[in-house]
Amino acid sequence: MTTQAKTISECGSCATSCNTAHLTKLGIKTGGWDYVVALAGNPNTGKSTIFNRLTGLHQHVGNWAGKTVTRAEGAFTLNEKKYKLVDLPGTYSLLSTSVDEEIARDFVLFGKPDVTIVVADATRLERNLNLVLQILEITDRAVVALNLIDEARRANLTIDERALARDLGVPVVPMSARRGEGVTELLNAVESVAEGKFPARAHRIKYADEKLEKAIETLAAELRAEFADLPNARWVALRLLEGDESIIKAVRLNQLGTVKEAGIFPSLVQIEAN
Amino acid sequence: MPSNAETILETAARLRRDVGGNLHDRLTEAIYADAGKIVARAVSSDEKSNNRNLEQTFDRLVTSRWFGFPLMILLLTGVFWLTIAGANIPSAMLGDLLQGTVYNWLHTFAAALNAPWWLKGLLIDGVYLATAWVIAVMLPPMAIFFPLFTLLEDLGYLPRVAFNLDRLFKRAGAHGKQALTMMMGYGCNAAGVVSTRIIDSPRERLIAIITNNFAICNGRWGTLILIGAIFIGSTAPPALASFIAATSVVAIAILGVIFTLLVSAFLSKTWLKGEASSFSLELPPYRPPQIWQTLYKSIIDRTLIVLKRAVWMAAPAGAVIWLMSNIFIGETSIATHLITFLNPFGLLLGLNGVILVAYIVAIPANEIVVPTILMLTLNMAKSGLAQTGVMLEFDDNAQIQQILTGVGGWTILTGINLMLFSLLHNPCSTTIWTIWRETKSLKWTTIATILPVILGIIVCFLTATIARLSGLI
Repeated sequence: MTTQAKTISECGSCATSCNTAHLTKLGIKTGGWDYVVALAGNPNTGKSTIFNRLTGLHQHVGNWAGKTVTRAEGAFTLNEKKYKLVDLPGTYSLLSTSVDEEIARDFVLFGKPDVTIVVADATRLERNLNLVLQILEITDRAVVALNLIDEARRANLTIDERALARDLGVPVVPMSARRGEGVTELLNAVESVAEGKFPARAHRIKYADEKLEKAIETLAAELRAEFADLPNARWVALRLLEGDESIIKAVRLNQLGTVKEAGIFPSLVQIEAN
Repeated sequence: MPSNAETILETAARLRRDVGGNLHDRLTEAIYADAGKIVARAVSSDEKSNNRNLEQTFDRLVTSRWFGFPLMILLLTGVFWLTIAGANIPSAMLGDLLQGTVYNWLHTFAAALNAPWWLKGLLIDGVYLATAWVIAVMLPPMAIFFPLFTLLEDLGYLPRVAFNLDRLFKRAGAHGKQALTMMMGYGCNAAGVVSTRIIDSPRERLIAIITNNFAICNGRWGTLILIGAIFIGSTAPPALASFIAATSVVAIAILGVIFTLLVSAFLSKTWLKGEASSFSLELPPYRPPQIWQTLYKSIIDRTLIVLKRAVWMAAPAGAVIWLMSNIFIGETSIATHLITFLNPFGLLLGLNGVILVAYIVAIPANEIVVPTILMLTLNMAKSGLAQTGVMLEFDDNAQIQQILTGVGGWTILTGINLMLFSLLHNPCSTTIWTIWRETKSLKWTTIATILPVILGIIVCFLTATIARLSGLI
């Protein structure tokens, strides 16, 4: 696939990306990376468009929810560091149950990406923040791509991205992936988070409930003692307190932290039994 | 099992009682409260905009109970009308070039090289001719149809169609998202089967997998458009021909939706009993399509990829067809044996032996059905004409029709039933394999493979019988 590796600086027509002289799109050559970057977000917010922009690949892009159902992987290099980019199926929440949403959830939770880009639709920010906040519960190493900013402008919405970044505690990059606006800024933000240059203090949801906080900590401590390399003990603890069956089962079977391969049809046996 | 897993789960159960019930709701509320506060600080909106209002008015029209379906049918007919009207001339030119000029040139070249007859036959009359047919028959309609379809997709029309169909799917006991997986199937059934992962419930997902084959895929649009044009369109006055042909293709597509719903309803009342689960479907904003990107995307990513696959499949199929036609058992070729054997059954279904053999050869790819039919028909005719050495030239739809009616003995019933059988037959081998990979169940893979063929046989038998009894043919 060498034909797909081309430097952006070669294409003089796209003025917006010309200061990204150090970006090389590597297509599907994903071996030997320095950083893994996950692309998460609600359905139909432009994850695949951003993915294609950065990797030079042509993932099918459609204007509808539910188009990407598997993980797609691509790569690019930026300032001599190689990044593997993983495009995840769209999901409204990390608490859901269908196979495509589980793929996204498991990767963000247990795939240990170095940076998670959360793509948010600027025209539907409040609803999109639901997932952003859930992801920030899990990781500090995130960048919010405020995509479709051109549509937001057309709808006369003004978004103060500085206020947003302050509240969320992670970089917020307004962009229009379709037009190639904000791609450079997104890459800069990803780089600074990946290299630990951004002092991330991600927003944490305030439960205003001391009893709950204490319960989470007790349980998280037990989990950490048992599963040494579990990255998100607090999150798992919360799910256990909620009584999430799939997490309870994962603890029992010692499958916490395994990233499930796509294409498994979990409850078929159940149907056969009916 | 980790040694302390049960201890942890016990702690969790104890603490769960401590923190009290409906924790999930409290957590969700906390998230929404935070999101609301953050948005209030960061977003300000100018209410003067009436963009949204316009969009909403349009949405109400597109998804309305009365206008939704007629508008959908009108749009689809328009797309096919443009495809059929636009593809005829380039198809004729390509046919002229590939099956006339280049074909003759290849034969002259081979003669100059003194190539043995079987090598010439295998490579030129087999591999090359099948490939040339696929390109001439499929490239022009695809190059028109795909960009138009992609434009509708980019615009955001497909989820509106899904929205319209949702009611019907629910009534059939299936998942509303099945409408979306069906949309995927209109491109490729294998992709459609994979896309059923968006459906949570395994029961509804299986229904969506089994019925995905009723969504006409890339490989079949070409067959329908061509047969619709030469058998249905030609019955109308020339000015209306393309429109009538487009209508016939739309009719088959709608029949596919009807079969999807009927089979879904049947499955959810019998082997896959259960209630339809509810979900929320997001209608994306209408986005102005980016014309050049759409063209690039649909020509490079879809047309050429589909064509490449078709050519890859057609080349070996061409060799198989030539071998079948030129290896003799006793007095007759293998192809003739097979065709003669299947012919009575084919005729019973209003089809013929050639069509059935073509559908066997074309199991790897639907794209090659029409080229296979044409080559087999011509080969049969040639052996019938006792190798007179007459080159049959054929380069446009009228001539294809002459071959099929004159040489193959087709009637309008054969055309209609081929269109029906194109909708109702087994999925291609890639799709079958994908169904197996997604379900890991021999039983359901077999059902998904066999069920459409059985339906096809029943439907074709019924139309043929009705046509015969009413004296139409």
